[in-house]
Amino acid sequence: MVRRIILSLVLALYYISPSAATEFKLEEIAPGVFAHPGRTALMDHENDGDIANLGAIVGNDAVAVIDTGGSLIEARAFIAALQQATSKPIRYVINTHAHPDHVFSNGAFVGQGVVFVGHKNLPRALAARGAFYLESFRAAMGDALDGVVIVGPSVTVETATTLDLGGRKITLQAWSAAHSDCDLTVLDEQTGTLFAGDLLFLRHVPIVDGSLLGFLDVAEELAKIPAARVVPGHGPLVAAWPKALDDERAYLTRLTADLRAAIKKGDTVADAASAAAQSEREKWRLFDNYNGRNATAGFAELEWETP
Amino acid sequence: MKIVAPRRWRPAGLLCVGLLLGALDGALAQAPAPVDPWPDLARDLFQGRAIANDDLVVLEAPVRAEDAAIVPMTLRLKAAGLRRATLVVDQNPMPMAAAFAFGETAGVTFISTRARVNSYTNVHAVGETGDGGLHAQVKFVKAAGGCSAPAVKNMDEAASHLGQMKYREFKSAESGHREAQIMIRHPNNSGMQMDQLTHLYIPAHYIDKVVVRQGEALIFSMEGGISLSEDPNFRFSYAPNGAKTISVEAHDTKGNVFKQQWPIGDAS
Repeated sequence: MVRRIILSLVLALYYISPSAATEFKLEEIAPGVFAHPGRTALMDHENDGDIANLGAIVGNDAVAVIDTGGSLIEARAFIAALQQATSKPIRYVINTHAHPDHVFSNGAFVGQGVVFVGHKNLPRALAARGAFYLESFRAAMGDALDGVVIVGPSVTVETATTLDLGGRKITLQAWSAAHSDCDLTVLDEQTGTLFAGDLLFLRHVPIVDGSLLGFLDVAEELAKIPAARVVPGHGPLVAAWPKALDDERAYLTRLTADLRAAIKKGDTVADAASAAAQSEREKWRLFDNYNGRNATAGFAELEWETP
Repeated sequence: MKIVAPRRWRPAGLLCVGLLLGALDGALAQAPAPVDPWPDLARDLFQGRAIANDDLVVLEAPVRAEDAAIVPMTLRLKAAGLRRATLVVDQNPMPMAAAFAFGETAGVTFISTRARVNSYTNVHAVGETGDGGLHAQVKFVKAAGGCSAPAVKNMDEAASHLGQMKYREFKSAESGHREAQIMIRHPNNSGMQMDQLTHLYIPAHYIDKVVVRQGEALIFSMEGGISLSEDPNFRFSYAPNGAKTISVEAHDTKGNVFKQQWPIGDAS
């Protein structure tokens, strides 16, 4: 009933103006497993940086949060929704990698007994990029960025580790360079729910910020995880596994093939970046925002492999 | 179970302000930073000498950086008398990306490299003729969006192949010229970031000098900084002098010297 009231209030305001108020959705996608769908968009003032999917797993004793979001505004809404979902305390905050839409809300979760967990390379990545991100996102986010600080992990994962939430174990796995050079996945053993972070993109064009070939290799390894369902870092919350990887692998494979052909032909990086993987354009959202960049980085990577 | 919680409430009256601010943010993002660093940069880099704005050196740079860490830029040298050409990314922390000097008979007609672009910025190419005359072109480059950063993507990989080089030849579009590419594995770390755990600054480590020769004759040398992308990459044309080998000597800020040479193929 309460929910319905809030919803109708939201809708009423929606009709006054589409952006007068927005809602924060947190869905229970499996028993004790919650996920929030971020928008498929770039972080900006209007969406408060709420563009990545977030998650939470609730055990008998404690909660593990998987990624925190892109601003303190989003964090407050996330925490409020979590408090409605469970009275258990948050013990772990896990970051799947260093990108701002996944870590900018970390500061709101800092508190006694809260342990931040990430890939062994996450501190290095945050050191190299954190200050730059805080500065560069100010233009797009304005005051929605207020209060955001970079919070790194106090516990890092070298290869894999298991966390106990009380009668519920979750497995964290650190991957070699793929989407980024600090990708971490979380598997809830009890329900077989895999939080893939940005190792999986659905509908939102994949972003390569680590290694193109590494991404393809990791996607192949990822597919072997015996999960029942997956939550991608971006795109629809729950998808069938491992079929959910198909489109992403097709895109990365196309991009690799086009770039290799361009390099062989002697094309310049600028020419290759504007032409590679264009046959995939209609299949993805935000394609024009990221494909040129993927192709540029992929070109610079693949240039080293030809004789 | 589905939970819907209020996310953020903006009173309708304030919404217009919000939208307006949003629009202003957008407008600001389209313009270069209000303080133009170029006059100071020009004075520091070129001792306040007069700089003509013309087409002696043509700068090719993208309107928008796709990847903040790898932005392709080309300098086209339109006069045989050009001895030096400098690439400056005005708004970067270390704006001077690369200062090239060309061999007198090298016949370099273009040189392409890749730069880091931290924010919306002007990029200057300044050529210098043998008599000391300066000639500049400027392009405005929009910063890359999203999670793009002017940082190394795969740090372990960059470190493990330090100093490795690669050489390629291409069919030149100009008669009497050859086209080649030199690639050097190096993270080109800026050293300006603080390690969040140790609170120590990561030491700078970048390629600061490259010399490329055909036989004993200089094709070009470069003095560079952290605005050059990781794995410094140079593609250029030159007039062959009959030498059988092309050689590279590169120095970095930790005192490493990387040397390599390759036979010049029969591509023309």
